[in-house]
Amino acid sequence: MEEIKEQVISLPRLGEPAPAFEAVTTHGMLKLEDFKGSWLVLFSHPADFTPVCTTEFIAFAEIHPELQKRGVELLGLSVDSVSSHIAWTRNVEEKTGVKIPFPIIADLSKDVSTAYGMIHPGQSKTETVRCVFIIDDKQVIRTILYYPLTTGRNMQEILRIIDALQTTDANAVATPANWKPGDMVVVPPPNTQEMAEERVKQGYECVDWYLCKKKL
Amino acid sequence: MSCISPEGKPTESGSKMLHALKSGLSSPEEIAKDAGLPLFRVRSGLRELAQADLANQKNDSYEITEKGKELVK
Repeated sequence: MEEIKEQVISLPRLGEPAPAFEAVTTHGMLKLEDFKGSWLVLFSHPADFTPVCTTEFIAFAEIHPELQKRGVELLGLSVDSVSSHIAWTRNVEEKTGVKIPFPIIADLSKDVSTAYGMIHPGQSKTETVRCVFIIDDKQVIRTILYYPLTTGRNMQEILRIIDALQTTDANAVATPANWKPGDMVVVPPPNTQEMAEERVKQGYECVDWYLCKKKL
Repeated sequence: MSCISPEGKPTESGSKMLHALKSGLSSPEEIAKDAGLPLFRVRSGLRELAQADLANQKNDSYEITEKGKELVK
């Protein structure tokens, strides 16, 4: 009886190291480790020369300066060729005046998109869905977002998540629903009864001992 | 290659990196700052320059070769 072997690839999860890769891009051959020390937004799009993707690339280019201020690099990906990426980004610049300043992976082999779980056969067997992986400066995955083919991404939400993660890292706090920079942050809940009793005396704005906020 | 054209000439970014190496800078971080290029581009570009024998890699630092110096005369 013929033995059928199936390779099981586990998908990346939050808090785990981002899968290493070496890939052909519009900025030459890049490795994940080239981004060490910077945060990285690795995102996939279904295909070049498509309408929603074009609006997204313009939007990513528009937030690029804001990302740079936060020490974040951008890296796009689709299963199109480098020539296609170059032709498309030149066309975007020619038609809209927007220069795409970040590299785009040409993942013809689908090695990177497979490692990152970017192809969802229920949506498309051949194209990557709209994934966003926020990877920190130590190359750990901190956020994963998946959007369907028909829904363009919200750039302000990506910026907000990065702000929240960097604020959390710098101050050992959490951020509440709809938080934005300047808003109060959540103080980590106490672990013991003693800490709970002390917490309510510490001058934080508390709903109760388990939900206290403070200004940074 | 992003630093060396198919004709074997350094691109604008390749040339900036070679000039930085020629001036004595050796780490990717120093070169990125001097050349005004993103660090990831410099790390990748220095690998290419080393593959093309235009730079030598020693651990995490690089130095320009004689062949590299010829290109930025």
